[in-house]
Amino acid sequence: MQLITCPYCGPREEAEFHYGGQAHVPHPADPGSLSDEEWAHHLFFRDNPRGPFAERWVHALGCRRWFNAVRDTVSYRFHHIYRLDQARPETP
Amino acid sequence: MNALRLPAGGRIDRSTTYEFTFNGQRLTGHPGDTLASALLAHGIHRTGTSIKLGRPRGIAAAWAEDPNGLIQIEEPFPEPMLLATTVELTDGLTARGIPGQGRLADVPDSARYDARHSHADLLVIGAGPTGLCAALTAARAGARVVLVDEQSEAGGYLLGSTDRIDGGPALDWVAAATAELAGFADVLHLQRTTAFGHFDDGFVLALERRTDHLGTPTHVLGGETAPPHKSRQRVWRIRARHVLVAAGAHERPVVFSDNDRPGIMLAGGARTYLHRYGVLAGRDVVVFTTNDSAYAAAVDLADAGARVHAVVDARAATPAAWVQKCVRRGIPVRAGRLVTGTEGVERITAVAVAGERIPCDLLLVSGGWNPAVHLFSQAGGTLRYDGGLGAFVPGEERDGVSVAGGAAGVAELGGCLADGRRAAEGALGGLGFVPVDSPSPVAEAHVDGQPSLVLWRVADGDQRTQFVDLQRDATVADIACAIGAGMRTVEHVKRYTTIGTAHDQGKTSGVLASGIAAELLGRPVGELGTTTFRPPYTPVAFAALAGRDRGSLFDPERTTAVHAWHVARGAVWEDVGQWKRPRYYPLPGEDMEAAVLRECAAVRGGVGILDGSTLGKIDVQGPDAAEFLNRLYTNMIATLKVGSVRYGVMCGADGMVIDDGTVLRLAGDRFLVYTTTGGAAAVLEWMEEWLQTEWPDLRVYLTSVTEQWATFPVVGPRSRDVIGTVFPDVDVSNAAFPFMTWRDTVLGSNRSGHDASTPRSARGGRPAPDQDVPVRLARVSFSGELAYEVNVDSWYARAVWERLVAAGERHGITPYGTETMHVLRAEKAYPIVGQDTDGTVTPHDLGMSWAVSKKKPFFVGKRSFHRADNQRADRKQLVALLPVDRNLFLPEGSQVIEGPSVPEPPIPMLGHVTSSYRSAALERTFALALVKAGRTRIGETVHVPVAGALVPVEVAEPVVFDPEGARRDG
Amino acid sequence: MTADLLARSGPLQSWTDRFAALPDTVQVVATPHVAMADLRVDPAGPAAADVAGFLGVDLPTAPSTYVETDSVRVIWLGPDEWLVTSPFRAPRALEAGLRDAVAGRGAVVDVSGQRTTLGLAGANARDVLSGGCAIDLHPAVFRRGAAAQTLLGLTGVVLVALDDTATSYEILVRSSFAPYLASWLLDAATEHTPT
Repeated sequence: MQLITCPYCGPREEAEFHYGGQAHVPHPADPGSLSDEEWAHHLFFRDNPRGPFAERWVHALGCRRWFNAVRDTVSYRFHHIYRLDQARPETP
Repeated sequence: MNALRLPAGGRIDRSTTYEFTFNGQRLTGHPGDTLASALLAHGIHRTGTSIKLGRPRGIAAAWAEDPNGLIQIEEPFPEPMLLATTVELTDGLTARGIPGQGRLADVPDSARYDARHSHADLLVIGAGPTGLCAALTAARAGARVVLVDEQSEAGGYLLGSTDRIDGGPALDWVAAATAELAGFADVLHLQRTTAFGHFDDGFVLALERRTDHLGTPTHVLGGETAPPHKSRQRVWRIRARHVLVAAGAHERPVVFSDNDRPGIMLAGGARTYLHRYGVLAGRDVVVFTTNDSAYAAAVDLADAGARVHAVVDARAATPAAWVQKCVRRGIPVRAGRLVTGTEGVERITAVAVAGERIPCDLLLVSGGWNPAVHLFSQAGGTLRYDGGLGAFVPGEERDGVSVAGGAAGVAELGGCLADGRRAAEGALGGLGFVPVDSPSPVAEAHVDGQPSLVLWRVADGDQRTQFVDLQRDATVADIACAIGAGMRTVEHVKRYTTIGTAHDQGKTSGVLASGIAAELLGRPVGELGTTTFRPPYTPVAFAALAGRDRGSLFDPERTTAVHAWHVARGAVWEDVGQWKRPRYYPLPGEDMEAAVLRECAAVRGGVGILDGSTLGKIDVQGPDAAEFLNRLYTNMIATLKVGSVRYGVMCGADGMVIDDGTVLRLAGDRFLVYTTTGGAAAVLEWMEEWLQTEWPDLRVYLTSVTEQWATFPVVGPRSRDVIGTVFPDVDVSNAAFPFMTWRDTVLGSNRSGHDASTPRSARGGRPAPDQDVPVRLARVSFSGELAYEVNVDSWYARAVWERLVAAGERHGITPYGTETMHVLRAEKAYPIVGQDTDGTVTPHDLGMSWAVSKKKPFFVGKRSFHRADNQRADRKQLVALLPVDRNLFLPEGSQVIEGPSVPEPPIPMLGHVTSSYRSAALERTFALALVKAGRTRIGETVHVPVAGALVPVEVAEPVVFDPEGARRDG
Repeated sequence: MTADLLARSGPLQSWTDRFAALPDTVQVVATPHVAMADLRVDPAGPAAADVAGFLGVDLPTAPSTYVETDSVRVIWLGPDEWLVTSPFRAPRALEAGLRDAVAGRGAVVDVSGQRTTLGLAGANARDVLSGGCAIDLHPAVFRRGAAAQTLLGLTGVVLVALDDTATSYEILVRSSFAPYLASWLLDAATEHTPT
C-alpha cells in the first residue's frame, strides 16, 4: 500500500486513488484529420518505459481531482507530483 | 513428572500448574511456558514424524526458526500448522504433532479478528536490547513511537541469557526500559506482535496475538480469561515515517549426516529453555560449534547440572577464555573436529566425532548467526554476503528504513545497545527531532574470542540423510540433484528442491542451501546470493487477514430509501454491483418463473411500479454544460429543450458503448444525467477526467445526486390513472405531457411523525419551516409501455412510494423487480450495458445508429466509427433469437453456430446469447444475441447447443414486442 | 388533510435501539435530515465573497478543513468545492440562498438526501475509527476544524472532527451505504462492550 501525495489533500493511501494511464497524451484536436493508423496509435499505444514515467492519477475517494505524477516504474517511487496546470518537472 | 524442570529459575509461574494433552498424553506445565518448553520439561523432544520420509522429528529451536515441531491444536479450537515453540501454554490445551499438514476446524470460528491503523514517526521492530535502546532514544526525543515484538515479553535475546547491563541483570534493565516507555503517551508498545510484512512508504503489517494466552473461561485456574468481546488476533496496519528493523538474528545449524534426530537442537535454543523456562533440554550433552556463542550454552547447561561430554569445535583455534571456563567444569573441548553422524531413532543416543562415539541425549549445534534481514529485504532492500559472518546482511542504505543490532550483523550486547541508539538518532535527525542527552546503558565486558568458521556442512557420510530443510525432508542429495538437472541459481534450486518453502520459509535452511549449492557449483556464495524474502515473515491465519470484513461486512450492501418496504413485501434480491435490488416479489407458492410471468403480465396489462433509485444520477451545471454533454454523448444533446428528455449513449474513444441513460434538461445551463446502476461511479469519473484533463476551459460542474433522488417508474397502460390521482396538479394527458418530457410538481410535507426527531440546537438554531416536497415526473419508458418516472427527494421517498402504491391499488398496481424489468426491456431490444455489451460493441452493432449524430463535428468515439474494423460487414450485431421450440429456454452465454450439425473443430462461432427470458406477452421464450452479420441473417435458422443437443433457433428482428411502438402513449 | 402530508424517513430510522444499547465509550447517533448543498465557486472570485456574506463565514481554503457558524458548517471538498451543511435550514432554502449568492458564477446542488450524518463520540471513538480508517487520527493532527474525505471500512465518508481530544466526530456517508456503516460501527463497538 503506497502513500500517494494528493497535491490538494496530502499523503493518502493508494486505495483512495485511481490510475489514469500515461500523462501528456492529449486527445488530438482534430481526430478526423488522422489516418486510421495514426488514430489507432493514439488509441492503443502508450509508452512503457523502465524508469521515470509521467502518469495521471485521480484522488477518486478524496477530492476527486486529477493530477499528474512522475513515478519510477522500477522502484514505484513517486519522484514528482504536480497539478494539471503545472508543467512536467525536468527528470533525468 | 517435570523431570527436567529445574527447581528454580526461569520466567514461569510455578505457583500455578496447567494441565494439557499432547499426542494423547496428559501433561502439566506452568504459565509462561510454551508448549515446547513444557514438553521438554517432561523430556519429550519428539513431536511427530517428517512429511515425506516419516522420520521422527523433535523440537529443534526455541522460537519461530524451528523447522520442526509443527503441531495441530484441537482444544480449545482446532487450528493447524502451529509451532510448539511459539504456542503459549494454556490450561486444557490439547495438541498433537503433525507431519507437515493439519486440518481446519469443520465448525465456524467464533473468535473475532480485527485491524487497527496506527501512525508513528519511528516504528521499531524488535524489543531486544537494540530495539529497546532505539525506542527509548526516540521516545525521549518526543517522537511518536510504535515498538512491536513477537515474544510474550520484551527482552529478545536477553530472555535466554545471563547477560548484565549497568551492573545488574539485563532483564532488570529491560523492565526499567519498558516501564519508562509506558510513561510516554505517544509510545505504543505491543508484545506478542509479529511484524510480518514490510511494504512501500513505511507501511508495516503486524499480527498481535491478543487473547489465546489468557485461556478460555472453561479452562482457567485463576486470573484473567480471554474475553469473548475482544478480538483474538489483530492486524496492525502501521504507517511509519521511519522503520527500524531490530529483529535480531537466527542461529544457523551445520548440516551433517543424520542431523535431524529428536534431541538435536540449536545451542541458543537450549540456553533459552534453560534461562527463560527453567528447563534442561537434556542431561547428557554434546555441543558442536563453529563459533564462540555455543560455549555459553555448554557452560550454562553444565552449571545447571547437565553432563556436557564435549564441545566439538570445528575450528583449530579455540577461544582461550571459553576453553578455560570449560576446563574448570570438566568439559572436554575437541578442537578442529566435526560431528560426522548420529545414532538413535526416537531420540539421539550418540554422536560420531572423527571415529569416536560419544553417547548423549542432546546435541547442540551452532553454525553461526543469520541476521534477521527479512523485513529489510521485503521492503526492497538488497543484501550483501558477509564472509566473516557467513551470512547475508543489509547491503545498502534505504530512505526511511534502517537496520540495527543483530539484524545488521552486530554480534555482542554492548554493540547492540550502542547500535540501537545510533540508529534511532540517525532516524530522528531526518525526522526533525533532537535527541536528548541521556546516559547509555553499559553492557558487561565482552569475552574476547576467535573468529567464526563458516561451515555449511560436514561432507562425510550419506548425502541423503544430510538434511538442509527438515520440514521439507530436503537434503544435500536433493541440492546435488537439482544442480545435476541444470539448476544454476538459488531461486531455481529452491523451486526444484522445495527448500525454504515450508512454514518457516527457510529461516534455518535458506542460507545453508545457498552455501551448499555454491560449494557444489564451485562458485562464491556471495555471487549466488539468497532467495527473495517475501511476506509473511511467519504464517498468518486467513481469519486474521480477513478481520471484520466477513459475513455481511465482507462487501457493503447498498440499499435504497424504500428497502424496508421491499423486505416487508418479501422481495427476492438481485445483487447489482453493491446494490440490493428486488429481483421479484413472489406470492405464496410462486417460483421465479411464475412470479416474473405474473409481474410482466400485470405491467403490460395494467400498471406496475419499480424501485429504480439505484440508477446513477449526475447533476451537470454551468454555462458550457450543453457543449460538454454534446462532446460526451454520441447523439445531439445541445438541441434538447428545457423540459425535455433524451436517451443518450456514451462511448469510449474507441467507439465502444460504455454507458447509456436518459438526459433531462433542467435549464439552459443545467442537466440531470442518468447512468446505469453499475456504471454510476465510473461515468462520473469518466466525465471528470475529460473535463479536468482535456477541457479545463469548459465552465461545467459535476455533482453526484444518485442518493439525492429516489426514482420510481410507474409503468403500464393504467399508469396515467395512478399518476393523475397522486399528482392532481399535473395534466397527465399525452398532449400536455408528451413522451420524453418532464414536469415538476410538489406534494405537501408533514413535519410531525418522524420529524419529531429533528435535532434542536443548543446553539439556538431553528428547525426548518414546513414546505412542499418537489417531485419530478418524466415520461420515459424502458418497457415500451406508457410510463411515468417519479423522482423525489429521498427524504420523502418512502412516503411517496407508499402513496403511489395506495393510489394504484384499485388499478391492481404490482410492484415488480429487476427480472421483470429485464424481460420487458428485452422484448423491446433495449440493451443492458455490460450484459448485451462487453466493451467490443458499438451503437451501430446494437442497432442504435439513430442515436449517433451525423451532424456533430466531434464527440468522443466518433473517429473510431470510421476505422476499418468498425466497418466490417461481419461484426456481431444484436438480434433476437426465437427457438423453434417455443418452450425451449436458451441459457445466457450459449454459443450460436450455423448447424444443423456440429462440424469438426475448430467450429466457426457466429456469436453468443446475451439475454434470455420467457415472455408473458408472446407466450414463448426468446433471447437477445450478438451474431456475426446478424441483421443480414434475419429470418434464417441458426443453432445453439443446449444440454448436449443442437437446437434450431430463428434469427429475428431484435424488437419482438410492439415493434411499431403503439403502446408508448397509452 | 393529514392524508395529503408526507412523512420524512431516513436510512437509519430503525437503528435507534441498537445505537442506544452501545456503551458510553462508543456512542453512535443518527442525525437524519441535515440540509446539505454542494457548492462550486472560484475561491478567489467575487462569488466566494458573496457566498461568505450569505453564510456569515469565509469559505475554508485549506484542504481537509471546515469552518462553522451557529447555523452552518462549510466543509472543504476540493479546491473549488465545498459541502455546506445545516440542521437548521430547510434544504431548498439553503440551496436557494446559495444559488442567489453564486448568481451563475458557479454551481449549487441540493444534496441533502445524498448523504446521511452519524455522530460518533466517546472515549473509544478514535479506536473504533482507526479500525477502518487509514488517515492519522492523532488529536495533534486531526482535531476540531479537520474534515477528511476518506475510506472508513469499505465505504467513502466525510469524517469531521468535532473536538481536540479525539472523542467526538461526525461521519457523513452516502445514504445507500448508511446501513452498512451502521453495522460496521456496531461491530467495531463489540471490542469495547464487555459481556
